[in-house]
Amino acid sequence: MSTMIEQTVQVYAVFIRATPEQVWDAITKPEFTSKYFYGSHVDSTLEPGTPFRSWTGDRSQQLIEGEVVEADPPRLLVHTWQALYDPETAVETPSRVRWELEPAGEGVTKLTVVHDGLEGAPKTAASVAGGWSYVLSGLKTLLETGEPLSA
Amino acid sequence: MDDDPVFKALADATRRHLLDRLFERDGRTLTELESELEMTRFGVMKHLHVLEDAGLVVTRREGRTKLHYLNPVPIRLIHDRWIDKYAEHRVAALADLKSELEESA
Repeated sequence: MSTMIEQTVQVYAVFIRATPEQVWDAITKPEFTSKYFYGSHVDSTLEPGTPFRSWTGDRSQQLIEGEVVEADPPRLLVHTWQALYDPETAVETPSRVRWELEPAGEGVTKLTVVHDGLEGAPKTAASVAGGWSYVLSGLKTLLETGEPLSA
Repeated sequence: MDDDPVFKALADATRRHLLDRLFERDGRTLTELESELEMTRFGVMKHLHVLEDAGLVVTRREGRTKLHYLNPVPIRLIHDRWIDKYAEHRVAALADLKSELEESA
């Protein structure tokens, strides 16, 4: 990964055998995110203008700070993203994460994640470049098998 | 959904080369990608289509331009489904060998 230029726009997509509603819940409810998103518990009412945060399970550490920009369940969620888990990324300019959910045939959803606005956040860009693939692979496995990816 | 289109898309040097170009710099137009390959525009388009069908390339429109992005998720899925599984066995086998050798020593 060290030879890669930090990408200021990153796009990830995955097909999941689940309905858009199920995928939406898996993105927005802590009982799901804790099973595939590095153990993090998402914390948001999803009202635009309110915080979009995530925490460790015991709430001792906040991992992500953000704000809900747009929420249209179960189709679109946009929020800002500041990674607090690393002191080097925590001081960078907030970037933006856009979750797009589209039905793709019977019981299948195409989930696209666009992480952009990373111009002012090169450390964050490098940090999430490997992370999103792992997270989306884990999300797919969780929804399709009911089990998290084995560590 | 299926692994087959991903393995097929990866089983071609030109397509792997295209993925490497996108890995170096993402979000590129067909014209930019074409300028780096000794190939007709039609040829590059054909390869990009195969990569797109396999989900390895995702396109987004920005105004009138179509940008191509590398999507590493299908490769990650293959890693989690295939590589991890066999690599784990290999590590376990080496660990067993080590403890056996140490016990008999």
